[in-house]
Amino acid sequence: MIQVKDLYKSFNGNDVLKGINVTMNEGKCNLIIGKSGAGKTVLIKCMVGLYEPTKGEILYDNRDFVKMTDKERKHLRMEMGMLFQGNALFDSMTVEDNVRFPLDMFTSMTKKEKVARVDEILSRVNLKGAHKKFPSEISGGMMKRVGIARAIVQKPRYLFCDEPNSGLDPITSIVIDELIQEITLDLNITTVINTHDMNSVMGIGDKVIYIHEGEVHWEGSGKEVMTSKETELNNFVFASKFWKSIKEDQK
Amino acid sequence: MNFFYHLGRYTKTLYSLFSRPEKAAMYWKELFRQMNLIGVGSVGIISIMTLFIGAVTSVQFAYQLQGNLIPMWYIGIIVRDSLMLELAPTLSALLLAGKVGSNISSELGTMRISEQIDAMKIMGVNTTSYLIGPKVLASVLVMPLLIIFGVAFGIVGGLLVALGGTSGFTTTEFIRGLQDPIRDFDTIIMFIKSLSFAFIITSISAYQGFHTTGGVVGVGQASTRAVVYSSIVVIIADFLIAALLL
Repeated sequence: MIQVKDLYKSFNGNDVLKGINVTMNEGKCNLIIGKSGAGKTVLIKCMVGLYEPTKGEILYDNRDFVKMTDKERKHLRMEMGMLFQGNALFDSMTVEDNVRFPLDMFTSMTKKEKVARVDEILSRVNLKGAHKKFPSEISGGMMKRVGIARAIVQKPRYLFCDEPNSGLDPITSIVIDELIQEITLDLNITTVINTHDMNSVMGIGDKVIYIHEGEVHWEGSGKEVMTSKETELNNFVFASKFWKSIKEDQK
Repeated sequence: MNFFYHLGRYTKTLYSLFSRPEKAAMYWKELFRQMNLIGVGSVGIISIMTLFIGAVTSVQFAYQLQGNLIPMWYIGIIVRDSLMLELAPTLSALLLAGKVGSNISSELGTMRISEQIDAMKIMGVNTTSYLIGPKVLASVLVMPLLIIFGVAFGIVGGLLVALGGTSGFTTTEFIRGLQDPIRDFDTIIMFIKSLSFAFIITSISAYQGFHTTGGVVGVGQASTRAVVYSSIVVIIADFLIAALLL
């Protein structure tokens, strides 16, 4: 379980996160939604240690990440995986090498074991036969899958996804969402997803956290989003004509 | 204040290189990759440049010595010593600041803006140590070898001018000059310069690339700064080494 307590983050005196208090449910898909500039990415980057919070606590099973030494953080990071918005695949490496990189760097597995593990993970994300391709030779959807494969190759306990659907067509977006959900359930990992995509909210949102101007405005399940009376949330969720019409149909 | 901020961050970045590698084998692999990129990849351009530098130096000194009482075989000594003490280390360093420096800076800058460095950090990799350390070490290891190549090709350049026979000195005279004993201290100075310049070029370029901000434009700017700053620092270091040691 991940608990964020009274988290503040400022950049040059500008408060981006203003006392975030939230709990990410264990073994579930926790979705962070909100307008651009609301502080979603800053929150996720604080949680993985890419940004240092100005104030507050981030507890991983009651271990405060903020107060940890570099060595302790390094140890905890072995339990984390992250899928970046732009995938962040290593350009100079093949798909296989990208996925194998964490194993090469941190494990004492034999070459045979690593090959078997990479094969298993790549087939898990439906990427059989793409081993020798470079990131520049594969599609956006395949890149996401490689990113997911690399993030889960060490069997993490926590998976972070920063806008996993950005730049993907609707069908591929659903496929990626379903893949993340399957992995979350199969491996029993706590997944935190930062998204704008309302299909994801409805499809895989076990828990949805709406952030507005650096504060948690609303929390609930994906289904509860549809029935919520929270004005700010409704303005965000039903901004498009499509979702507005669904809301009206429901009425 | 900005200067001291960067100096402090540069020092901190260098300090973080000295940490225990997560997996030595991965660092070795990266070290050899970098040695190949920096060393083998630069032999051609260093050879061409120093060949012509040696040739030009011999032609110009032959021109200046004509009509003087100084024997022409001195050209061999002058070309060799100029190449060892100044021309090969400094000009090669300036050339490598452009070639290797911009390459390192743009590679790291692109990794920074495409979040590849962040991805490594989240995995638990000591990113400065893994991404900068092997580059600096590879450069320090291969630069002296490149300079030795450079001196050799410069001498060949002078020899080719002598063979041409139009500059007023013969190959016998040139070789006579080359056979004059080399002072040990000259060799030491050559290696001190090679090592210092290698460290300056790679560390400054890596620092610029590693801390790139501002997207694609930032990568270009970091690359330019890497070349400009490392060239300036090489020239200053060149003067300091000469002034303090010679």
